[in-house]
Amino acid sequence: MSNLRIIPRLDIKGKNLIKGVQLEGLRVMGDPQEFALDYYRAGADELVYMDIVASLYGRNNLSDIIRRAADQVFIPITVGGGIRSVDDARHILRSGADKVAINTAAIARPELIGEVARHFGSQAMVLSIEAKQVAPGKWEAYTDNGRERTGLDVLQWVQRGVEMGAGEILLTSVDREGTRKGFDIDLISQISRLATVPVIASGGMGSIEDFLKVAESARPDGISMADTLHYKRVRLGDIRAAALKAGLAVRQV
Amino acid sequence: MATKITLLDYGMCNMLNVARALEHAGADVHVTEDPKDAVAAERLVVPGVGAFSECMRAVNRLGHGEAIHQFVRSGRPMLGICVGMQILFEASEEFGETPGLGILPGRVRMISNTNTDGVSQRVPHIGWNHLIEPQAGRSWEKTLLEPFGTEGPAVYFVHSFAAQPTNDDDRLADCDYGGHRISAMVKRGNVTATQFHPERSGTVGLRMLKEFLSR
Repeated sequence: MSNLRIIPRLDIKGKNLIKGVQLEGLRVMGDPQEFALDYYRAGADELVYMDIVASLYGRNNLSDIIRRAADQVFIPITVGGGIRSVDDARHILRSGADKVAINTAAIARPELIGEVARHFGSQAMVLSIEAKQVAPGKWEAYTDNGRERTGLDVLQWVQRGVEMGAGEILLTSVDREGTRKGFDIDLISQISRLATVPVIASGGMGSIEDFLKVAESARPDGISMADTLHYKRVRLGDIRAAALKAGLAVRQV
Repeated sequence: MATKITLLDYGMCNMLNVARALEHAGADVHVTEDPKDAVAAERLVVPGVGAFSECMRAVNRLGHGEAIHQFVRSGRPMLGICVGMQILFEASEEFGETPGLGILPGRVRMISNTNTDGVSQRVPHIGWNHLIEPQAGRSWEKTLLEPFGTEGPAVYFVHSFAAQPTNDDDRLADCDYGGHRISAMVKRGNVTATQFHPERSGTVGLRMLKEFLSR
């Protein structure tokens, strides 16, 4: 059976790995390359890079960071932030990324999803969604790291995005991101049941228990975590060992 | 001296990452679009990503089909990756019927969107999956899998279609997806091909590429 992926997430501002609290107050963590290499060697299944200021400036500045990473990291790399066109996507893929994650530009012009999927395959087109709860069982899609609302219902947007060619969903809970209070289980369960493509759960992991809980009750295809790894509160090997012990379908490394 | 590898470029996107992984494994990589270079290669790698029909169109336009046939007849080692494995077969059902190179008997079909219990499952098949021995029980000795003994390592897959080889003898390794067997790796003579991405399969994938350089 296909395995549950463990995916470190690296949020980047300029040249630095940063960590935000609910995608706002930022703290510089250091050189992303060092963290990426550590995670690769520790058996990460995949890496996600997000240029978190890109949408403010209208472009993704990660190509140098990705090129460096791709020389030494031989697992799949997803890159998001400020990708607005097929040409932007091509530039990032040529730098060494395997997939691009698109949020703001896909909301502004949903046809972009199909264009990227046609050019590079739907496996390379990840729909990134920042979800904020607006009522029980109801979430709204946000852009610009949870600052701008769009009026789009997350469940409807997921369905539409998949129809248009998204091959994967990167689902970030704006409410939980950086809080270490655990994942938004209700959100992830609903999207995971609804989507016909893989769903990556992101935002809120504070402990191995949070990982096990979301894996068992919401059944995402991948689980992403950031500050809990960056601050070395939890180690990748320990997550994998706990998941194996719990009978979850993570790979053995 | 580093082993020379010729990497066939037909405009499909993952070229750079395959080249980087081969270099990391110790190869001197020469990327070419020229079919003459492919025919003359010491070792040939044919990657591929995206749609079968697009890949075949590019292969035919650039004259790579005949070059690959000639190279295979030479007996020198060849490695196909992902769609580079699929195009070795006779035909694919992706977007109607598209003929392949016909080097290996079999067809390329969509992965089942239900598991063997009838429960729906994700297509594409994305993620790490363990290699298992095919039912026919083919030995991994003297193949790229030899370093791994009989413990199939996990490797990275991303695909919606998969080859179904006609001959069990061509199957080198499978993986299990929802109870269905997917042909993960084939080998016939000097031709080895992987449905998964060794260039994205971490140290395990690099080890396989290293084996390819030394055999």
